[in-house]
Amino acid sequence: MLTTRVIPCLDCRDGRVVKGIRFQGLRDAGDPVERAAAYEAQGADELVLLDVSATHEGRQHQLETVRDVRRSLGIALTCGGGVRTSEDARELLEAGADKVAVNSAAVRDPSLIATLAERFGTQCAVVAIDAARTAEGGWGVRVTGGREQTPHDAVAWAAEAERLGAGELLLTSWDRDGTQQGYDLELLEVVCARTTVPVIASGGAHSPEHMADAIHAGAHAVLAASIFHDGHTTVGTVKERLRGLGISVRAPAAATQKDQPA
Amino acid sequence: MTADTSSIRILPTGAANIASVIAALARQSAAASLVRSASDIDGAEGLILPGVGSFGHAMHTLRDAGWIEPLRERLTALRPTLCICLGHQLLSASSDESPGAIGLGIHPGHVERFDAAERAGLRVPHLGWNTVEADPSANCLEGGAAYFANSYRLLAAPAGWQAAHADYGGRFVAGLERGGVVTCQFHPELSGLYGTRLLRRWLAMVEGGVRC
Repeated sequence: MLTTRVIPCLDCRDGRVVKGIRFQGLRDAGDPVERAAAYEAQGADELVLLDVSATHEGRQHQLETVRDVRRSLGIALTCGGGVRTSEDARELLEAGADKVAVNSAAVRDPSLIATLAERFGTQCAVVAIDAARTAEGGWGVRVTGGREQTPHDAVAWAAEAERLGAGELLLTSWDRDGTQQGYDLELLEVVCARTTVPVIASGGAHSPEHMADAIHAGAHAVLAASIFHDGHTTVGTVKERLRGLGISVRAPAAATQKDQPA
Repeated sequence: MTADTSSIRILPTGAANIASVIAALARQSAAASLVRSASDIDGAEGLILPGVGSFGHAMHTLRDAGWIEPLRERLTALRPTLCICLGHQLLSASSDESPGAIGLGIHPGHVERFDAAERAGLRVPHLGWNTVEADPSANCLEGGAAYFANSYRLLAAPAGWQAAHADYGGRFVAGLERGGVVTCQFHPELSGLYGTRLLRRWLAMVEGGVRC
């Protein structure tokens, strides 16, 4: 059966992994190549690597980082952060990304999603949405690394992104990001009810229980950063606990009889 | 494990995650280069047909490049060829994804959308790690968990091919194998150790010069 994916997220700036709270106050969290290899060895199902600098220099760093990570990485890699055009996406794919996430640029010009889906395939087009609760009780879309509010409704935008060709949604709760208070479950429920592509829950995970809650709310994959970067737990430990909570996750591969001794 | 480093060629069918395939081969000390001309298809000891994007678009790219005939000859002769994801589907006669487009037709299969899965409330694309069960007699394909990213799939294995299956709202073909031709709906280059082992076995076939 199809298992639930556990996805460590590497937010990168100037070739280093960083992590903050609600996208601010970034602190160093290690070397991306080392982190990526460690997470794969621990049983990560795929990785997300986001450039959070969103500058021209940052983009060049990002391509180098993607090339370096890809050299040793044998699982799927989604890359994003500052992707403005389908050429930006092509550069990331050529460097070693398997999927490309678009965020602010897609909000400004939704046709970018259709262009990516047409050029690289639906399964390559991930739309990342930073959703923040509004005073009216809904969720708005934030762009530019969460710094800028837009008039868009996050749930409607998720449905529109799918209609335009998104193959997957990376749904981050801006309110919960880095807080370790758990995912925004209401947001997940509402977005999953309005869409039919896989949804990755992001923002706020502190425990396997939070992840199980997200899956019960409808998420198909769970993303986390701080809990893995801080070294308090490993992907393997989290997956073992998820299994105990009745969530189907991939077991580590073992050697089989078809393998010849090296 | 070292295949002759000049002997692996990759067919660029348009945009695909070719960098990941090349990196996975490099980790097995196998250097790969892109096919530049039709003669490369016949000349390669091992050929990889990757592919993401649409069935019709990929066939169009192959046709424009004049690669369909040499590719069909190679596949029909069962020379070592690894077909990944859309590459796996291209061996079929046709696909729901691109009505009217003619596939390579190495077998008479028809590729269909995951419609039953959708009706059952499962999300499409089928994205992530799923269980693969393989015919015990297969040389290259084996059971385990593999990484998939597909909205379409082949429902039934054609006669004469060993097969692997997976389930997503119903059983579908996860891989096929006949002689040196190995096809997989999943991505070996993104399937961790499971995928690495499959690549090693296929590279060993390339090295052994399998011809059936």
